[in-house]
Amino acid sequence: MAEAAKRTWLGRLRQGLSRSADSLSQGITGIFSGRKLDDATLEELEDLLVSADMGVDAARRIVSSIASRRIDGNAAADIRRLLAEDIEAILSPVAIALEIDPARAPFVVLVVGVNGTGKTTTIGKLAHLFISQGLSVSIAAADTFRAAAIDQLKVWGERAGADVFAKDVGADPAGLAFDAWAAAKANKKDVLLIDTAGRLQNKTGLMAELEKIVRVIRKQDSTAPHSVILVLDATTGQNVHSQVELFRQACDVSGLIMTKLDGTARGGVLVAVAERFGLPIHAVGVGEQMGDLRHFDAGAFARALVGAEEPESA
Amino acid sequence: MFDALQERLGAVFGRLTDRGALKESDVAEALREVRVALLEADVSLSVVKDFIARVQEKAVGEEVLRSVTPGQMVIKVVHDHLVEMLGAESVGLNLRANPPVPILIVGLQGSGKTTTAAKIAMRLQERDKKKVYLASLDVYRPAAQEQLRVLGEQAGVPTLPIIAGQMPIDIARRAMQAAKLQGFDIVVLDTAGRLHVDGALMNEVAAIRDAVTPSETLLVADALTGQDAVNVAGEFHKHIGLTGIALTRIDGDGRGGAALSMRAVTGCPIKLLGTGEKLDALEDFHPSRIASRILGMGDIVSLVEKAQETIDADDAARLEKKFLKGQFDLNDMAAQFRQMRRMGGMSGLMALLPGVAKAKKQIAESQLDDRLLRRQEAIIGSMTAKERLDIRVLNGSRRRRIAGGAGVEIQDVNRLLKQYKQISTMMKKVGKLGKKGKGLSPESLRNLIPPQQFPQ
Repeated sequence: MAEAAKRTWLGRLRQGLSRSADSLSQGITGIFSGRKLDDATLEELEDLLVSADMGVDAARRIVSSIASRRIDGNAAADIRRLLAEDIEAILSPVAIALEIDPARAPFVVLVVGVNGTGKTTTIGKLAHLFISQGLSVSIAAADTFRAAAIDQLKVWGERAGADVFAKDVGADPAGLAFDAWAAAKANKKDVLLIDTAGRLQNKTGLMAELEKIVRVIRKQDSTAPHSVILVLDATTGQNVHSQVELFRQACDVSGLIMTKLDGTARGGVLVAVAERFGLPIHAVGVGEQMGDLRHFDAGAFARALVGAEEPESA
Repeated sequence: MFDALQERLGAVFGRLTDRGALKESDVAEALREVRVALLEADVSLSVVKDFIARVQEKAVGEEVLRSVTPGQMVIKVVHDHLVEMLGAESVGLNLRANPPVPILIVGLQGSGKTTTAAKIAMRLQERDKKKVYLASLDVYRPAAQEQLRVLGEQAGVPTLPIIAGQMPIDIARRAMQAAKLQGFDIVVLDTAGRLHVDGALMNEVAAIRDAVTPSETLLVADALTGQDAVNVAGEFHKHIGLTGIALTRIDGDGRGGAALSMRAVTGCPIKLLGTGEKLDALEDFHPSRIASRILGMGDIVSLVEKAQETIDADDAARLEKKFLKGQFDLNDMAAQFRQMRRMGGMSGLMALLPGVAKAKKQIAESQLDDRLLRRQEAIIGSMTAKERLDIRVLNGSRRRRIAGGAGVEIQDVNRLLKQYKQISTMMKKVGKLGKKGKGLSPESLRNLIPPQQFPQ
């Protein structure tokens, strides 16, 4: 049962990521068949990683570590394996699932991010995930700015079977979060998910609003929020660095979720971000359905990213 | 959004222009840095490669290396190609069709389609006095149609009544029909976000396009998009034929490389920029303005042209001699002020100088304008001929008299004298440089303007 579930999920993850990996791995095949690792080859390899949004610096580091090693056998396959191993080594320390501590009910999860990265959809998926784990979930609709954000969240709440705590458009988000906590506590909910309005990280006024939400929540529970999740869009490029940096400053981000990995975006920037910040990557979003949220598997992600073969035993 | 890229390239070009003669390897090195700068700005790799290859070909040609200022020639080549890549002219929305004119809005999830649709509708209604109708064809994302209805209300633009359960193509037909009956000029059709690799949804939007034959099919794309920009724009263009691109989140701190990538891969002009969350935060895209600013190079060509137009060659030669001897007096300074004013004032000049983005910002903030130059001319004008030749005679009472004559405070007179001293010291330094045979570069020109010149 568990075995079957695991295979499906890996299969689906790979299916989602394989499109992303296609062009990269084709590129590698093109480069290495019957050639040695000369400078031009290494440069092309670096280019391939760069085109996966890894960023010039991270790509250079990974390539130079490969350049110093001996490659034997089938060059193309071996390069992929080495690449995948290096990337996996960077990512596996941060592949940490989001654990709910039932002793801290309601366990407060604040969800933040830039506009359009998929916060609301991710909240719907998280609610579904927690409820399927037997937890009771309440959602606070603290995006009181965007038109119809509250309605969108209500639909997700209904689908997942979670309560949605909402006020009118334009209500103070911090006050709403405060009241939502009280309601979740009174109703003995295990988890409180707080949806926030999308904001660009360079808007200081909006970032201050986020700081206020955290401050006000702490009046209810000084240990909250127990988790602050920054939702990242896989199609975003190097701006992810700035997003992680500035959101972390404002509200102490404790983990990342990357969405939209079902397209052709490869999310390579995660590798650079993992190296730089070491923040846990809780999950990846690979579709619009409620079940399309996956635990982040460093090995599968790394192998799918470079188009390496799955080890037979998996 | 282009500021960071601009700073980066400014540094690369600074090193290039500091040199006299350039070798092929110098150019290659500079272009490698340009390449990294563009990649870090999220310009897609394939676009960067193509760009660099074309620039390299031009830049190492005989014409460039043998020119008087090879460094600047290289920059000019980069600039010209950047302009070419962004498109030479600003292109507006095409509304020339029989009303109601449909505008189809497409894009990935979360790119900002719905907000952009409402912004476009509001602008066409308010600025162009058109009768505009909004309709959402997004039946997938929860409450998407409701979102457009609310935005339409905020914008004062009527929206098509929502009928639950209707398919997108039917909604599109109904919107066109209703618009025709009610005499609307334009119908803005907002569609669901879709992945460019989702065959079923791409076919759906192609069918909608066939049903309404829009005069504009705009791809709404996030300015923060990374390397995937070429895939997204390329696939949308291939499947449904775009007519333009609207870039959103320009107000973020991204470097905007996606603009270059998408333009390059589709050949479609970038028509609009979303610059904020408010419904009036929509601007036209001006490629030529952006290209020179991306490079942080200003417009060297027109600086040279302008200087040639306004500077009398004999005057300049006479002045240069004086500089070299360190005999720069207040008459010369007044002449400089007049010349600056003729060339468009301080801000006009600075806008043409490369790599002074920061100073430009300071000027804008301090609202430095021609009045300052005029006032300084007035101070010099209030001096006697003797005073202008030798400032050492200027005691307290003379300074008071000058201040009264120019209608300024005595502090202003003192400030001008301090500036004069700084400039004349600077001139002596330049004179020495000139003797070493090192020509005037933009770098040394920039040094000529002491920072104190700008009021704090």
